[in-house]
Amino acid sequence: MTHTMLTIRDLHASYGAITALHGISLDVNEGELVALLGSNGAGKSTTLKSICGVLRPVYGSVVFLDEQIANKTPESILKRGISLVPEGRDIFTSLTVAENMRLGAFVSYNRKRYQEDLEEMFGLFPILKERLHQPGGLLSGGEQQQLAIARALMSHPKLLILDEPSLGLSPALVDQIFELIVRLRERGMTILLVEQNAERALRVADRAYVLNTGVMEFSGTPEELENELDIASVYFGGGEGNKEVTL
Amino acid sequence: MILGEFIINTLSLGSMYALVALGLVFVYGILKLVNFAYGEYVMVGGYTLYVLGTFTPVPWLAVMIIAVLMAAATSYLTELVAFRPVRTKSLDAMLVTSFAVSVLLQNAVLLLVSPRSRAVPLPAIFSQSVAIFGVVTPMRNVLTIVTAVLLLTGLTLLMKYTVLGIAMRAAADKFTTTRLMGVPANLVISVAFIISGFLAGVVSVFWVGRSASVDPLIGFTPLLIAFIATVIGGMNSLVGAVVGGFAYGLLFNALSILLPASLISYRDAFMFAIVILFLLLKPEGLIRGNYTEERVG
Repeated sequence: MTHTMLTIRDLHASYGAITALHGISLDVNEGELVALLGSNGAGKSTTLKSICGVLRPVYGSVVFLDEQIANKTPESILKRGISLVPEGRDIFTSLTVAENMRLGAFVSYNRKRYQEDLEEMFGLFPILKERLHQPGGLLSGGEQQQLAIARALMSHPKLLILDEPSLGLSPALVDQIFELIVRLRERGMTILLVEQNAERALRVADRAYVLNTGVMEFSGTPEELENELDIASVYFGGGEGNKEVTL
Repeated sequence: MILGEFIINTLSLGSMYALVALGLVFVYGILKLVNFAYGEYVMVGGYTLYVLGTFTPVPWLAVMIIAVLMAAATSYLTELVAFRPVRTKSLDAMLVTSFAVSVLLQNAVLLLVSPRSRAVPLPAIFSQSVAIFGVVTPMRNVLTIVTAVLLLTGLTLLMKYTVLGIAMRAAADKFTTTRLMGVPANLVISVAFIISGFLAGVVSVFWVGRSASVDPLIGFTPLLIAFIATVIGGMNSLVGAVVGGFAYGLLFNALSILLPASLISYRDAFMFAIVILFLLLKPEGLIRGNYTEERVG
């Protein structure tokens, strides 16, 4: 039996006079990998900002583990178990890899477990061990993405949110990141994946949502989405008969 | 002999200016706020020295420690009462607030004490002279240098090896992302204000230690020096503030020696000319910090 972890209902959000979300709803169940798709400006990042407390929603509810978290601070939301891998990675460039990791464990720090956690991360991301004492800014894009994910995992999140993890990475690195996402999913991690790369995301997701200019256009399984391709292609900007889902 | 004197004087002045500048940058780094009330924390320290030193039998060392703590507490209180409520509004709101806090504190002292300057009794150790490598210099110069070295070492260790320090550096880099790591915004900002006020308090001891007096406007010059030093050294880096402080001390002492007697009263004008040159030619300062660092990704 699945337990609902995150429930968003009728969420409205705006930046000043510009409304970015017109009442969207979304669910993430425990152990699921949910993809949130949409083109540029669709409101994906706004949705994530609202979940993580960076942006205060105008109206609507965000419930995480039976608790209302809309209007809570980012730090208290992380404490409750939601960890975000931000768009553009946002690692601390002037801090070393080790310091980035240490901050990831800011709330969960436990002297005994910390070393084990680090070793576990080095198992997933061997490159981070080599780069441990280098400033984050000297890492390549792919390495920074790995660091951003490792840093987010250090807090032992119940829900991991990835914002465009494949952005700006070479195809080989994108493969690597998606492999990792699947591995995390297999280990029981609940994941909300935001992607422009719809094709890749749909291949790994249990369920998917499609957001278009602040309105939720579709929700269902990847198969259902495939079946609605003719509709989807309208929003995805693909031509008729174009079987490829490109965003 | 003259060189030795020059070196000790420069190190002493530079030490004080480095601490002044560092205090300003601690808050600037995180909030991007130039806190114009910063000089008033120095003033609070100065008046604490005056009141306790003149009217109570409290021993001098304790008086100094209390003065430093008072400045730190004032800084923390202004953060709590004045800056926190407007923090989420805009940077302009905070800037105006810092002017308001400055004016309020100055006028509080004008009303409660006096608009005129007050003599502050100093312990004998401040005026005693000591010979170092054959150079005779006031003991307070040596104390300033030793204090600065100890404080800078302590702060370096704090910033480098404690999780709080790492969080403070992260917050100066990317504030929102730091909060997303679970670091409470209030904690980081409060600590920045407390350290800032603490440094202002230490500066007040040595500042008053030079003039042996305190007046309501005593905070203006430290604020100005802190600002100039950070322009020279770099607003976006703690190291830059320290470097800027020492650079300012060096320039100031060098001008004092090199300028002919007829021009010495224009020393400040030369200092400002140098600052203008820096703003024109090297606006990021001697130490770049994160200022021009390329955003990757």
